[in-house]
Amino acid sequence: MATDIAAPKLTTMADLKGKVDPDWCPGCGDFGVLAAVQKALVELQIPNHEVATISGIGCSSNFPGYINTYGMHTLHGRSLAVATGFKMANHGMTVLVTGGDGDGFGIGGNHFMHTMRRNVDLTYIVMDNQIYGLTTGQTSPTSRKGMKTKSMPFGNVEGPINPISLALSAGATFIARGFSAEQKHLTELIKQGIQHKGFSFIDVFSPCVTYNHDNTFQWFRPRVKKLEDNPSYDSTNWMAAMEKSLLWGDEIPIGKFFERTDVPTLHESEPVLATEPLVKQSSRIPPDVARAFVEELM
Amino acid sequence: MRQSFAIGIGGAAGQGVATPGDIFAKIFSRRGLHLNVYNAYQSIIRGGHTFLTIRTGPGKITNMGDRIDLLIPLNQDTMDRHLGLLSSGGACIYNADTIKPGKAADGVQLCPLPVSKLADISRNKIAQNTLAIGAALSMTGIGFQALESVLAEQFRKKEKAVIDENVGLARVGYDYATQNFKAFANPLPMTDARYAVLGGNAAMAMGGAAAGVKFYCAYPMSPSTGVLHWMADHARKANIMVRQVEDEIGVINMAIGAAHAGVRAMCATSGGGFALMSEALGLSAQAEIPVVVIDCQRAGPSTGVPTKTEQGDLWQMLGASFGDYPRVIAAPLDIGDCFTLIPEIFNIAERFQCPGIVLCDLLLAEGRLSVDPSILNFAPEVDRGEMITSANGNGHGDYKRYLITESGVSPRAVPGLPGHTHVVSSDEHDEDGVLISDEYTNTVKRRAMMEKRMRKVVGIEASVQPPKMQGPADAEVTLIGWGSTQGVIEEARELLADQGIIANQLQIRWLVPLHGDAIANILKRCRHNIIIENNYSGQFARYLRSETSFVADGHIRKYDGEPFMPHHIVEAVKEQLKGTTNLSVPMHEIMV
Repeated sequence: MATDIAAPKLTTMADLKGKVDPDWCPGCGDFGVLAAVQKALVELQIPNHEVATISGIGCSSNFPGYINTYGMHTLHGRSLAVATGFKMANHGMTVLVTGGDGDGFGIGGNHFMHTMRRNVDLTYIVMDNQIYGLTTGQTSPTSRKGMKTKSMPFGNVEGPINPISLALSAGATFIARGFSAEQKHLTELIKQGIQHKGFSFIDVFSPCVTYNHDNTFQWFRPRVKKLEDNPSYDSTNWMAAMEKSLLWGDEIPIGKFFERTDVPTLHESEPVLATEPLVKQSSRIPPDVARAFVEELM
Repeated sequence: MRQSFAIGIGGAAGQGVATPGDIFAKIFSRRGLHLNVYNAYQSIIRGGHTFLTIRTGPGKITNMGDRIDLLIPLNQDTMDRHLGLLSSGGACIYNADTIKPGKAADGVQLCPLPVSKLADISRNKIAQNTLAIGAALSMTGIGFQALESVLAEQFRKKEKAVIDENVGLARVGYDYATQNFKAFANPLPMTDARYAVLGGNAAMAMGGAAAGVKFYCAYPMSPSTGVLHWMADHARKANIMVRQVEDEIGVINMAIGAAHAGVRAMCATSGGGFALMSEALGLSAQAEIPVVVIDCQRAGPSTGVPTKTEQGDLWQMLGASFGDYPRVIAAPLDIGDCFTLIPEIFNIAERFQCPGIVLCDLLLAEGRLSVDPSILNFAPEVDRGEMITSANGNGHGDYKRYLITESGVSPRAVPGLPGHTHVVSSDEHDEDGVLISDEYTNTVKRRAMMEKRMRKVVGIEASVQPPKMQGPADAEVTLIGWGSTQGVIEEARELLADQGIIANQLQIRWLVPLHGDAIANILKRCRHNIIIENNYSGQFARYLRSETSFVADGHIRKYDGEPFMPHHIVEAVKEQLKGTTNLSVPMHEIMV
């Protein structure tokens, strides 16, 4: 289908502009993530019709409407399941999954775990603001202990999950953390994630300027430290990545924690997909195969 | 009365009840006989009680029937529970070493096999089963030859010595029976026909393959798991992508993702799994991505009775997910229809870009039936509806995924095409796919999109025929059923006719669209209407009433977990015609 284009033209930022402008609050961290995704696609020169952007529900999940690709705005928490089905049916397309921490780690937590172990070749970008925004400010799975929200006005008594160490233990093959205010760095991580063969997970600090007064841009700025600035850090070392993932407080690492390239992706593991994407295959059962199916019953 | 012969084989789960059942099914179908297999079992892997009824005959055999002719109890429990089912002319073959017969009715032949004298039971643990098969073949007049090839296939994964041993054992049983037991009065006939022995779950899976399903996914749940098993087993030959998913929520969402990418996608579950799928059913309707979901009903509510049948999910299907949206719901009438319905419902779901639900039940899903192999058409008509699969020079960015049309159907561009990028959404949207739900909710656009989607209902209704009355128009009583009760009601009508009561039958296959007006027109001409269904509250009766204001004269309902037997319906019809009651709940006599 992509071959229908007569003369390939360069993909530009303008090509990737959605039909409407984002309705995020002024200053929302998600603007930076949108820009970084668009820049990554331009730098990688992937035509917009070869990209599917699939989201769940929440502020950040409105993302597919703001970027001109094949978009799917699905159900709360279900983006990874939808995206897995999409990728299996057409593994020729680049699949991006976008959403928030509530969508991905709360209601969608089960799919998160299983998509990682399956090594589905897609890039999952979580705009992690440690709060529920679209429902006007409740505790999320990544809200810090003690944080006061509308749903926990006396402070969160539960501890947060650690998305990075969770992804490491679930077998994700590319794991990174970005910060919305670090544009170049984030764009680079997204590019690497898209190029990675397998499941790439990028947790992005994307501060909520309206409801999260704890984890603000100002709070993150002095704390985030790029792993790339440390020449001795080896992102192929799982144990080292796990150790770094546990750091929180005065120093919070961002960058590529871990990557391994020796695990086949889900679509590579299925002989049915060896020839070409499912959607391009014939859907007729050959007569001799059909006869054999009936013969089994005789 | 139909000429038929039924064998009941019972034992604990794990004792090998299934194998003799498979062997008899093959022998009967290769003899040109029809057959129906129903297995009553419990949710236990070893132990419990399993009772398999295999009924055969030269004419159509659509259900388990009313009587057992030959009982093969593999343990004492089965003997104790079921000997009383045999009446004069019946026989019971059993292992005389381990099983004591009870009091049999007059004219019942007890056929004890001295198993330890006939076989080395220290070597062959299932010797009693094989001896009994041999004995049965002698008594039914089938002869021994038919067994040898079937045994070779049955044990094909074992060594030749194992096959030879079993053939030898069966021969011993055959000869012993010939010398010691009286043959049945009517030997089983032979015809030139050849039938396929089809299970309902396999039929639905094969129907999916025939319909061009390229993506199938599921989470295991009785009684639907057989669809997954067939798909998984045949995926690489049929080039179908088959996935086992973490839960049913993931299942349907994955199917929707694949369907949006442009392939036919299907999934199957039972009531509990379907409940988890409901939210995404609305996504399929709202985003206008067609998907077909099979629900194999089992006795509910909640975990209910996982291995027992019921028609109790109708209202769940009618009300699944929130908001108004077009959907299609059909209930296959028999195991053959489990195959043929799938391509039909896919065509409608894809033409109208909405969810299609196949409302099956355990009775069909796990039952087996002889079918003419020619009905298994792997090249059925495929209508994928209005789909844009090539850019064709039109891709200038003006494509509207949710274009407002008179039919309500908007041409669907397959992702990957240049110039057709768009967003599909669970949020309300405009023709462009732009969300109208969040920022500037627009009442005019919202109304237009609701009306666009709901206009599809007209086309859906026109795409299927109203049901037709079966049997004489001027019958004394009209029996109304839906889905899997087709065969048993049909046989009950024949039995009623033998007793001078003429009955006709209106069997509903399409639940949505129902064609309520046409049904009401048919029924208002009928003299006495009785609705028959396998549930407590009369779910179909209430649905029919809500759609048509039609109120039936009487009801026959069963919700004990077991299917109807013909005599249940016959007796209930008779008592209702007498005016004794207008609600009959037949008692199931076989305790399984």
